[in-house]
Amino acid sequence: MDKPWNNRAWLLVLPVVAIVAFSAILPLMTVVNYSVQDIFGPGQAYWVGTEWYRKVLEDERLRDALLRQMLYSLAVLAIEIPLGVAIALCMPSGKGWRTSLTLVLLALPLLIPWNVVGTIWQIFARGDIGLGGAALQRLGLDYNYTGDPLDAWLTVLAMDVWHWTSLVALLAYAGLQAIPPAFYQAAKIDGASRWSVFRYIQLPKMRGVLIIAVLLRFMDSFMIYTEPFVLTGGGPGNATTFLSQFLTRMAVGQFDLGVAAAFSIIYFLIVLLFSYVFYTFITKVGTGDAR
Amino acid sequence: MTLRLEDVSKRVGAALHLDGISLALEPGSFNVLLGRTLAGKTSLLRLMAGLDKPTGGRILEDGRDVTGVPAGRRDVAMVYQQFINYPSFTVYENIASPLRRQGLGRDEIDRRVRGTAAMLHIEGLLDRLPGQLSGGQQQRTAIARALVKGARLLLLDEPLVNLDYKLREELRAELRQLFRDTGTIVVYATTEPAEALIMGGNTAVLHEGRLIQHGPTAEVYGQPVTADCAAIFSDPPMNFLDAILSDDRLMLGDGTALPLAAHDRGLPPGPCRVGIRANHLSVVRPNDMAVAIRARVELAEISGSETFIHVGHAGVPLVAQEHGVHPHQIGETIALYVDPTRIFVFAPDGTLQAAPARVPQRRRGVA
Repeated sequence: MDKPWNNRAWLLVLPVVAIVAFSAILPLMTVVNYSVQDIFGPGQAYWVGTEWYRKVLEDERLRDALLRQMLYSLAVLAIEIPLGVAIALCMPSGKGWRTSLTLVLLALPLLIPWNVVGTIWQIFARGDIGLGGAALQRLGLDYNYTGDPLDAWLTVLAMDVWHWTSLVALLAYAGLQAIPPAFYQAAKIDGASRWSVFRYIQLPKMRGVLIIAVLLRFMDSFMIYTEPFVLTGGGPGNATTFLSQFLTRMAVGQFDLGVAAAFSIIYFLIVLLFSYVFYTFITKVGTGDAR
Repeated sequence: MTLRLEDVSKRVGAALHLDGISLALEPGSFNVLLGRTLAGKTSLLRLMAGLDKPTGGRILEDGRDVTGVPAGRRDVAMVYQQFINYPSFTVYENIASPLRRQGLGRDEIDRRVRGTAAMLHIEGLLDRLPGQLSGGQQQRTAIARALVKGARLLLLDEPLVNLDYKLREELRAELRQLFRDTGTIVVYATTEPAEALIMGGNTAVLHEGRLIQHGPTAEVYGQPVTADCAAIFSDPPMNFLDAILSDDRLMLGDGTALPLAAHDRGLPPGPCRVGIRANHLSVVRPNDMAVAIRARVELAEISGSETFIHVGHAGVPLVAQEHGVHPHQIGETIALYVDPTRIFVFAPDGTLQAAPARVPQRRRGVA
């Protein structure tokens, strides 16, 4: 009865092991396999060792893409997190049609398929018939996202903000709603200002959900593919070519499977590293452990 | 400071939360606000604090009308049911926060923070964050924050309800000591009669938004003005039996006749309601005058060293309290003794007609 080692446990974790193996481990190992071989076709593969890795790390286009990607993710976080929190603070609370309406409106962008978001913005930002693009041109701005790299970049950023700020706002809103009203009463009795209430009650209380929001938005934006692919196709030039697009071009466009695989592994490690660093840093802020 | 409420009411939409409350609280007094959930305790505290404005009536501090003055500009501190502290501040900073707002000097703040923390036995936790404390320690911090302010009005809204039994007992005893000799008006809201009795001072009984009675706790307990008041101020709730009063006896519904005692002699004859607290409905015969009624055991619950026997008598549910731990068969019929000298007599509309004479305090559990 009291066997310290129970082999039946293996049976119980088997389904999970199988699913994870087929969905994550095996594909990942395949990629590792590719990354150390030169593949010409089925059955024609030659061991090359770390050659692809060296090639990838020396590739200047990759470094550019990585830099662009980091700038992009930082910009996304810098805009979406404060904006989302601000929206959540302005949202009506309690039950009633106002709250329901706001929630539905906010959830709408999240419900739209990603490639459709790209298409919407492709049309919206067009200088001739697009509402946004044409309006900007009427204002006298020389706006052209298909020709000007900066315009393209800003358009992709605006699209991401439009698409994903809602998520941050909804998470922040959930965090705000979880604060017992007694906290606000206590603050009122203390004579605390609006800013103090935000800084010392709402923000610390939202910490948990904001960590999740930052992590989600970071990982998602770091792996962004669909929307810029539809909107700009990575152009003009390479202005909006982010890591995933660079990778796809390499693997599918040029059929450089080995290089692309090596790149995938590096990409994966970068995301893992960033997420880990982010997580350990962010979970210690404000808990007293950081000091 | 004296706090005076004059005919204060609070209406929210169609619901009347507080109905014409008039109450005067003396400086240095300890006031228990006793009432069931939704009786209006919290609403009343919020009005006293200035968090809400009454829809009718006036609130006076030392004769000065403060009805519309917001909480931030009143001299008030409050402790809540939930443990309210600034989550990102250490215990020290939490306690210091009201003093910093008052603009006190560094040494003065340090002295007062440490002094108050010592009173609440949290001096060893000053560097911790609230998230790293137990519930009892968090509430101690919140109480320290309220006390350190030295406000002349201190409101406590069921502060111990979220703590476990042992902590509650411990903190309750300490609170009583803390508030002594401070000149502060303390208002302590609770649903528990036991808490009111232990804390002493004055008790105001609130029922459905109305103030039923306010006076020294022992007096309110011994002479509840209505049956509602008696029910609220008894735990388990007071037992009520319909009876007919005549010149020489009280006839209960099942035909049992109770002789009259000194306190209920000479009352106008007619129908009435007899109120008996659970500790005066006993399994053992307390004296020669006691009369037995037959009842069927429905449940016997043991709480500490007391046994509460829930019984049915002629279709009326009753609770008897028995000292010590005693097993009872569910469904068995037992005799319970009613002591005629310990019964309350209420008119059919609920007003008190006769209350038993006070006996010298002999702590025997809480009734």
